[in-house]
Amino acid sequence: MTALALTGSPLWYASRASGTLALVLLTATVVLGIASGGRAAPRRLGRFEIGRLHRDLSLLTLVFLAVHVVTAVLDPFVHLGWAVSVVPFTASYRPLWLGLGTTAFDLLLAVLVTSALRLRLGVRRWKAVHWLAYAAWPFALFHGVGTGTDTRLSLQLWLYAGCLASVVGAVWWRLAKAGPGRVTGRLTAALAATAVPVVLTAFLAAGPLQPGWAQRAAATTILAGSGR
Amino acid sequence: MNSSDTTPLTRAPETSTAPRLLAGWHATGRPDTLAGHLGRHGPSPVAAVLAGRGRCGGAMSLVDAVGAAGLTGRGGAGFPTARKLRAVAERRGRAVVVVNAMESEPASRKDRFLLAMAPHLVLDGAVLAATAVGADTVHVCLPRDRSAQHEQLGAALEERRRARLDPVRLRLHALPPAYVASESTSLVSWLNGGPARPGGGPPRTHERGVARRPTLVHNAETLAHIALIARHGPDWFRQAGTPEEPGTTLVTVSGAVAGPAVLEVAPGTPLTAVLDLAGGPTERLHGVLLGGFAGAWLPEARLRTPLTRRDLAPLGAAPGAGVIVALAGSACGLTETAGMLAYLAAHSARQCGPCRFGLPAVAEDFTALAAGRADPDLLSRLHRRTGLLPDRGACRHPDGAARLAASALRVFADDVDRHLAHGACPAAHRSPQIPVPSAAPPETWR
Amino acid sequence: MTRTRTLRIDRIACTGQGLCAELLPELIDLDEWGYPIAGDPAVPDRLRTHARRAVAACPRLALHTDDDPA
Repeated sequence: MTALALTGSPLWYASRASGTLALVLLTATVVLGIASGGRAAPRRLGRFEIGRLHRDLSLLTLVFLAVHVVTAVLDPFVHLGWAVSVVPFTASYRPLWLGLGTTAFDLLLAVLVTSALRLRLGVRRWKAVHWLAYAAWPFALFHGVGTGTDTRLSLQLWLYAGCLASVVGAVWWRLAKAGPGRVTGRLTAALAATAVPVVLTAFLAAGPLQPGWAQRAAATTILAGSGR
Repeated sequence: MNSSDTTPLTRAPETSTAPRLLAGWHATGRPDTLAGHLGRHGPSPVAAVLAGRGRCGGAMSLVDAVGAAGLTGRGGAGFPTARKLRAVAERRGRAVVVVNAMESEPASRKDRFLLAMAPHLVLDGAVLAATAVGADTVHVCLPRDRSAQHEQLGAALEERRRARLDPVRLRLHALPPAYVASESTSLVSWLNGGPARPGGGPPRTHERGVARRPTLVHNAETLAHIALIARHGPDWFRQAGTPEEPGTTLVTVSGAVAGPAVLEVAPGTPLTAVLDLAGGPTERLHGVLLGGFAGAWLPEARLRTPLTRRDLAPLGAAPGAGVIVALAGSACGLTETAGMLAYLAAHSARQCGPCRFGLPAVAEDFTALAAGRADPDLLSRLHRRTGLLPDRGACRHPDGAARLAASALRVFADDVDRHLAHGACPAAHRSPQIPVPSAAPPETWR
Repeated sequence: MTRTRTLRIDRIACTGQGLCAELLPELIDLDEWGYPIAGDPAVPDRLRTHARRAVAACPRLALHTDDDPA
């Protein structure tokens, strides 16, 4: 354990824990969403039970996300303002990596609002926004890896690996069960699902797992900031 | 099929009813020009309809006159025309009229023939209907593969434009030639820039159709009848036909008859008499296909039934769009039905469950039955699946296919038993008698 | 009750996911391909809550209830 991980207020611990939990819950939600969208039906469970679980897990994700955001903002160590929770890439602390998390949060909020109003919006608009949930997942993952205080813990690394494996597995399972047709779309989905672990592994090896990441994470921010 | 499009299967018959829609053709044997049309039928009473009253019975509006005449839609469904007119007229906002001249039913020729011989009667009717419901535009919808008809109708429209006859805009459109593209919701979807596929549920076409405006969709023949009712009144219209199903109606008689023809007959005429008008059967008949590919088979023993909705309903049949195909005694009814079902399955829009799975499965089983390749469960499976087609699609396409399949199993029950017990009959190996267009799915819906 | 509630299935939107038949087996059955078979569209009063849940559960939003004046 690094010295950094041991220092800090209870708020900081709460923020880290709730963030990790939110990632696990989001992964479970995404996996259920992917698995239940196809034509294959589960044998022992009802389809509606999976739908209900998908909805409840997503709500729980948002609860933990709220805890994660509130504790992070209140924590005196990083000096984040409330605006950071919704406006991405404006933080003083690791703006790029934190901004990814803010973006994921915004996307999930959009999904929440449209899902609540789906009967009024109609299926086309609802589903269009719902696709953003897929983008929110890699954003959240990179946010966790890039910002996470605990990224270098082996337990945390196993957790990331588990998240990646379950989503990629779900995508491949659905594609394997799907009938013929829609080749382009399905190929894109397969490639995208495969690209995420590859890019993440490369990023981990080049970034957070190398010594001095804390300084470089802050530096990426300056580069990103000056680039604007 | 296209060769028969250019050479109409028609001759002058000895009709019991004086021809109305086809009066010009009976008199001259040629298509009516605008001058010929006006000379024969007199000027169109557009001004009177615009003023809120037809010539018929003093102060009667055209909608009321059509209601009193008891005219029903001649596109197949037989819905009371006046109710459709009234539903559109009561909506707020400028309406739109769509002339359905798609005639996608493969065995039907009557709309094509009517439009070729009396185009101005149809156009008069469309303009009168538009005037009566407060529409400023008439869209005439033809399938894209009938270019000769498109040109001829274009010329007729040009004639009217030069004569400054119509207070409304008339536009001619060429739509994808698909079976379900003739569904009224398909026409509306295509005219709105979408695919020519049926749309489901609310809002209905008369509430919000073309350009979100109240839209009246009528079959070409129905509009031609309106043109005559506006001129001569409901009492005149009721001089032909039965009290319940008055007027005349066009029928397309083909198959094992000496002179296949488009005929104008009065509802109530016995089917045998209609077949006789088309030269009579060329041999003993196995049965008659009534209403087209989405229609029903009638056994030979029932051919004395009058051609009315009421008399045919107990037999599970309906006049539909007036298609009558005589099936020779030597033909195999199951093989003919299998070919038609394969066509209907291929030409569905593949939008709803019954058309994506049920209809292709029924068509496949029917092909196996006709070819004598039936497994032991086939018949019960066919009955069950056929029973699950109706009322479960956005449009009535699966219902029509189910009607055809069910009537074939009923009317050709002896053939079914023979096919199950001994395999295909000798007739099943010959090519089908009823011409079926290519069972390839439509290339485009746009 | 002065109004009757009826079920309406948007047949084009429906992809045969089958959640409606799980939540409302009293009114909806499935064919062999998983597409709904709804006999009588009228929803009895005792099933109103179940019908509402089934409407909310449809992943294609293809199930609707309409209130018709009785």
